[in-house]
Amino acid sequence: MTSYRRTRAFWIQVAAGLALIVAVVLLVRAAQTSLAAQGVTSGFGFLQRSTGWDISFSLIPYTISDPYWKVLLAGLLNTLFLGVIGLALASVLGVIVGTLRTANNAVLNAFGTTYVEVLRNVPLILQAFFWYAVFTHLPRPKQALVLADAVVLSSRGIYLPGMNISASAGMIGGALILAGVILALVLSLLPRPTLARRRMLPRLSRIALFGGFGLGVLVMLLGKEAGMPLLNVAELKGLRFDGGVRISPEFAALLVAMSLYGGAYLGEIIRAGFMSVSRGQIEAAKALGLTTWQVFSRVRLPMALRAVLPTLTNQYVWLLKATTLGIAVGYSDFFLVISTSINQSGQTVELILILMAGFLIMNNVLAGIMNFINRRIALRGTQLRT
Amino acid sequence: MSDATLQADRARPPVSPFVERLKERLFPTPLSGLLSALGIAAALWIAFVLIRWAFLDATFTGTPEDCQQTTGACWAVISARWRLMFFGLYPYELHWRSGIAGLILIAVIVASCVPVFWSATRLALLWVVSFALFWIIMHGGVFGLETVTEEKWGGLTLSIFIFCGTALVGMPLAIVLALLRRSRYPLVAKVAAVLIDTVRSLPLVTILFTVSILLPILMPDMPLSKISRVILGMALFFAAYQAEIIRSGIQSLPVGQEEAAKALGLGYWHRMTRVVLPQAFRRALPPTISQFAISFKEVALVIIIGVFDFLASGNAAYGSGEWAFTYVEVYVFLAFVYFLFVFSLSRYGAYLERRMRVGK
Repeated sequence: MTSYRRTRAFWIQVAAGLALIVAVVLLVRAAQTSLAAQGVTSGFGFLQRSTGWDISFSLIPYTISDPYWKVLLAGLLNTLFLGVIGLALASVLGVIVGTLRTANNAVLNAFGTTYVEVLRNVPLILQAFFWYAVFTHLPRPKQALVLADAVVLSSRGIYLPGMNISASAGMIGGALILAGVILALVLSLLPRPTLARRRMLPRLSRIALFGGFGLGVLVMLLGKEAGMPLLNVAELKGLRFDGGVRISPEFAALLVAMSLYGGAYLGEIIRAGFMSVSRGQIEAAKALGLTTWQVFSRVRLPMALRAVLPTLTNQYVWLLKATTLGIAVGYSDFFLVISTSINQSGQTVELILILMAGFLIMNNVLAGIMNFINRRIALRGTQLRT
Repeated sequence: MSDATLQADRARPPVSPFVERLKERLFPTPLSGLLSALGIAAALWIAFVLIRWAFLDATFTGTPEDCQQTTGACWAVISARWRLMFFGLYPYELHWRSGIAGLILIAVIVASCVPVFWSATRLALLWVVSFALFWIIMHGGVFGLETVTEEKWGGLTLSIFIFCGTALVGMPLAIVLALLRRSRYPLVAKVAAVLIDTVRSLPLVTILFTVSILLPILMPDMPLSKISRVILGMALFFAAYQAEIIRSGIQSLPVGQEEAAKALGLGYWHRMTRVVLPQAFRRALPPTISQFAISFKEVALVIIIGVFDFLASGNAAYGSGEWAFTYVEVYVFLAFVYFLFVFSLSRYGAYLERRMRVGK
């Protein structure tokens, strides 16, 4: 590059940078003046004020006298709760649909294709509305449908059997199981430079998984409330149900819509993965005498998942963003909580900034985890080297 | 293969290739054959139940009371309320205008899929002229047409209008963003990259929320109407995704193309418009079409910020007392219309992909 062009490049960038700064400053100034004219006090002080309104669903204890930061936290947790369960269900469906579409059977292919085409070509929000209408039009509690004496379907929600255990035992047990799963995942993804570690790590990972699960179940059993059956099935008390675990129509509608829609997209991605596994790999596996199930679970599925993990990451991020549809049916997700806070407190700018920051962080963490897994499970060169 | 099997093969009567293929696809192994049989039975049963519900036992016209006497679908709600769903709150006696305006936009979408129009000038001309025509018919105020303001627009026409507006504003913006991100000035490229990545990691509803609620608060004297702000927000979101598609198209080109253009003495503008972008667009066409299909579905999200689009008018069609029990029928109808649009777009994308693979 000649020195003339280098100077020109320098000045062009300086000009672009200055123009950007001026534009941002002007925008901020204009915004400040109009906010001041409307008498809005800016700043994040409102986060400490109590809200004075309730939300329909929360994983942490929350009352109307709690401050704003707590309601935002509750919303964030609700989003993550819905997101994690939704992603898991969508992934299971996706693997099933992808398998159906690549099966060597025309009827199974047709089922897979119909599923994908019907669900993928209808807006997700329309599907959420549909399921919400379906769940709120279920029979009233008095005429509720009861499946297998355990699951109750009613317009007030779906009731699954709960467990008669003390709250602390439930929490500790749940935390133990979760810790076991996370530890197992981390252990199975650790680098394995030596043969000894290659042998040890899978074993340790299995111990962590089953150990965590066993301990968790043990704690829950020990925390059983005396003189009551272990399972707690919902019972009709007057006009409502008592006991059991209630799944609200809002949550159920969003979860079903998200999982079905996500399943269609993930199914297509996983199908592409299955098709990218070369025939030679499968034939080699068959030649080694593996059974059909082993060929599927040990060769086709792991190879396919490796091939599509980056695409899968994008789709997961997309699905996590789709939880914002909570506002359409009234599930108290992060976005709905922010929107109510804006209506109640008037701190529009701050709350939208929090909203954007929340999603930027969530999505980047999710993408970071997925990329980490991708790097860890990627097959490097030949597998013979240790 | 032994001689005996060869003999057996020769002795077998000839089977038509169709039957042979059907057998291979349906009954390759006993287990698979059993699955096929069960699957066909299930499919027949589902088809029977659906046909009975949707056609045999259905009520096509009449009152809610007529519907409640049958067990099938109540399509009467569609024949009673289709105008609300298609045209929203547009004045009743002027519905023909909303209808024609909507058809114009559909015609533009179809025309844009025909290769004859695939040049920047022709596409731009087609879209700008049609939008002018749409505005004259829909908004009126000229040629003796009564003025109908944007607040009264609604239904399917409004949904299609928002989609087309998004495409019209978003596409040029996407090209600009893609070129900026590939700029040789690091500062410019960095700023474009941050903008694109930020917009991409935000949910669309937050952007719609920002343009519909935050903008009026920050700039109270902004002259833009709500619909145009919605279109701007959607276009920004669309552009961020589409810019990445275009960029991947550009990056898939051999470097030699641009170097050859440079060696011929073409300036930046000519290199981009004559050499790089036409080829990049060709390569990026299938993902572009599927991005359009996604955008069409995403237009349905505007209901959240209170725009009376197709979905919102569908909600209104069954929401009022007497038809309240017909929610399934209304949603099935809405889904069917969305399906027609999105499925045709995605089929068209698949067709293009196949055609381009043959051309290679």
